[in-house]
Amino acid sequence: MNAEKTITPKLIVRDLNFYYGKDRALKDINLTIPEKMVTAFIGPSGCGKSTLLRAFNRMYQLYPKQKATGEILLDGENILDKKQDLNTLRAKIGMVFQKPTPFPMSIYDNIAFGAKLYEKFSRHDMDERVEWALKKAALWGEVKDKLKQSGTGLSGGQQQRLCIARAIAVKPQVLLLDEPTSALDPISTAHIEKLIDELKEDFTIVIVTHNMQQAARVSDYTAYMYLGDLIEFGDTSTVFTNPKRKETEDYITGRFG
Amino acid sequence: MPMFSLEARLKQQAVFDLLFRNLTRVSAFGVLALLAAIIFSLIVGSMPAIHAFGLGFLTSSDWDPVNDKFGALIPIIGTLVTSGIALLIAIPVSFGIAIFLTELSPRILRRPLGIAIELLAGIPSIIYGMWGLFIFAPLFADHIEPWINKHLGTLSYIGPFFSGPPMGIGMLAAGIILAIMVIPFIASVMRDVFDVVPTLLKESAYGLGATTWEVMWNVVLPYTKIGVVGGIMLGLGRALGETMAITFVIGNAHELSKSLLMPGNSISSALANEFTEAVGDLYTSALIELGLILFFITFIVLSLARYMLYKLGQREGQTA
Amino acid sequence: MLNLYTRRRIINAASLSISVLAMLFGLFWLCWILITLLDHGLPALTPVVFEQMTPPPGSAGGLLNAIAGSLMMTLFGTLIGTPIGILAGTYLAEFGQRGWLAPVTRFINDVLLSAPSIVIGLFVYEVYVVKVKHFSGWAGTLALSILVIPVVIRTTENMLRLVPSTLREAAAALGAPQWKIISFVTLRAARAGIITGVLLAVARISGETAPLLFTALNNQFWSSNMDQPMANLPVVIFQFAMSPYADWQRLAWAGALLITLSVLTLNIVARVLFRQSAANH
Repeated sequence: MNAEKTITPKLIVRDLNFYYGKDRALKDINLTIPEKMVTAFIGPSGCGKSTLLRAFNRMYQLYPKQKATGEILLDGENILDKKQDLNTLRAKIGMVFQKPTPFPMSIYDNIAFGAKLYEKFSRHDMDERVEWALKKAALWGEVKDKLKQSGTGLSGGQQQRLCIARAIAVKPQVLLLDEPTSALDPISTAHIEKLIDELKEDFTIVIVTHNMQQAARVSDYTAYMYLGDLIEFGDTSTVFTNPKRKETEDYITGRFG
Repeated sequence: MPMFSLEARLKQQAVFDLLFRNLTRVSAFGVLALLAAIIFSLIVGSMPAIHAFGLGFLTSSDWDPVNDKFGALIPIIGTLVTSGIALLIAIPVSFGIAIFLTELSPRILRRPLGIAIELLAGIPSIIYGMWGLFIFAPLFADHIEPWINKHLGTLSYIGPFFSGPPMGIGMLAAGIILAIMVIPFIASVMRDVFDVVPTLLKESAYGLGATTWEVMWNVVLPYTKIGVVGGIMLGLGRALGETMAITFVIGNAHELSKSLLMPGNSISSALANEFTEAVGDLYTSALIELGLILFFITFIVLSLARYMLYKLGQREGQTA
Repeated sequence: MLNLYTRRRIINAASLSISVLAMLFGLFWLCWILITLLDHGLPALTPVVFEQMTPPPGSAGGLLNAIAGSLMMTLFGTLIGTPIGILAGTYLAEFGQRGWLAPVTRFINDVLLSAPSIVIGLFVYEVYVVKVKHFSGWAGTLALSILVIPVVIRTTENMLRLVPSTLREAAAALGAPQWKIISFVTLRAARAGIITGVLLAVARISGETAPLLFTALNNQFWSSNMDQPMANLPVVIFQFAMSPYADWQRLAWAGALLITLSVLTLNIVARVLFRQSAANH
């Protein structure tokens, strides 16, 4: 935990409600995500943590029956506003998913795909960007000689790091990680947790995890959610060792969930 | 990166998005337009015949190109009868094949046998027609038809249906060849439909001590009956429209006869045999009206089939 | 008086034996037809078949113009029908969640898929042949492309649906516009299945006779002019087989064997291709 880092709010959530059709999945969420730190969302299945995460990059817009009301401010601007351009938003907020999803193209092209959406790159510049992204994702050493090979040929842990590299290549400000290691073995998981610790130098990270111990390991701040409500939010050590709410304590100590 | 070029880029992407979506939408519309065009052009082409013969076209067994008198009764009956014979043979056989493929066959044989059936479905119909004309018809004439004449042709009520010169061609032969064509088709659909029955359901029946046959007949078949009927109707739709498999052996006759051993005609065979030589607007128009009738019949059958399969799919979705 | 148990066992054994017989019945016809085809077709399949044109009755010849004509019409029919099919299939899978167009199109497509191909030929005759007042290779091509479209639409839609939604979401999360998501990610991922669909469509139209009867008609001589009646294998086979001439009938068998071999090969290649790419993922 870095006590020396000043805490600047990056994302401010105000009175956020989310609906799947008629079901209210998120209830009056108010929350501040600090910049360049790792914030974890934890809670039992169905508590709404993934829903909240996916609201940040408006992923729900792909599905007609899903709707959000309220505000989410990114550096002061409300990203839930209808006028907000989705593509610009997603250039600033990137996402990595539960299952590794390499595109059916070469490793190089996977990384280039996102970056090419926003800038024109010369061959040389793109090579540099790809190398930078892969190095940041701690994958460069393993793939530098096979950049032209298909992304689907890598191991699970490597594929997930590829997806992280792909998200980083766009140079976003915020990285959303939706249970990024739940499909991986413990060793790959450890690699990625170490990676998260390095990435927070450059990016604001929000991670959803169903693994409490992981939240305790990697995050600076933790939000505990239950059935669509935000029960408690605070710095990780406090939430885990001295929670303010009984519900939080019950979950942390394993009395239910 | 300069904001200006980013905005311009995003605008361009929005334009492409719209273009792309509309391109695909136009293509989908194209399918609708195609159907409408087919129906429209068939109706327009049939107009002269419709004006000349009216509804009587459907019941008249005339077919006189010289005097421009035409009636659809013979081809319609031929189409319906050959398809009826085909289904009568194909349904039980396909059911047997589907049971075999899903319950009885040893695991390793399942895939190759399934593929063999599908290959049978892929053989072009003209091959069936040629084989029917050169191989099946002579054998049929020499060995089977005399038997039919002797044993069935002499029975009191159904006799007239089964007596006639043993030429080998005719409605019965055409129906049998059509059956062989349609069997792989119906068998695959039945097999696919049987495959999605939840194993748990079958296991509960077996667990009660039911025999394989009892499970198939009492549990699987009722569960899948909508899909099975849908598959049968798809096969019927195929059979009704089939041209080349039966044109070679149906005989292209213009006389109505009771016997299945006599030559007859089907709508598609009439079209195949006579269209290019039809002289005169009324002749051509009568043939087109035949085509319209055929399209209409198959449209109804196929729509019913799709509806039933859709219903089955819905139910699967609910229980899944 | 048999007890219930034994009776059930007998019924079971009887029904299952019948089912085995049904299977054998089906295989029997398959083998008989294929053997006949090989028996009559192989001897007739000499190199001459590929070197000479279709002859007048009573003289020797080959099937070259028919083979070339079929190849050309199949090729162009596929080239015309496939893009339309892929685009419409994409609409059904990717844009069709709202509104009425998608369900209606799907239904109509299924009807067109099994519609009598002779009626399609009739349609092209009415709208094209009558207007230009002559039969032509283009008319035949048109009829074949109409047969290709529903097959490609069906397989494209099914293959696109199989692509997991997380792949689309990952591309959307990067901010990609929808047309790029579909073209570069989703369609790519479904590529193998779509190609299989196209191959199956080609296999289907290779054997079709009825739609060519009143569109491309036939041509006794070599013609590479698509605007004129064009020789093609199926119609040649039809004409020659129904004739009383022995040489013609021989050539018909050769042609039948050729068509069957191509269709079966295409089917097998399509299957193998599909299985391989499924294994790779």
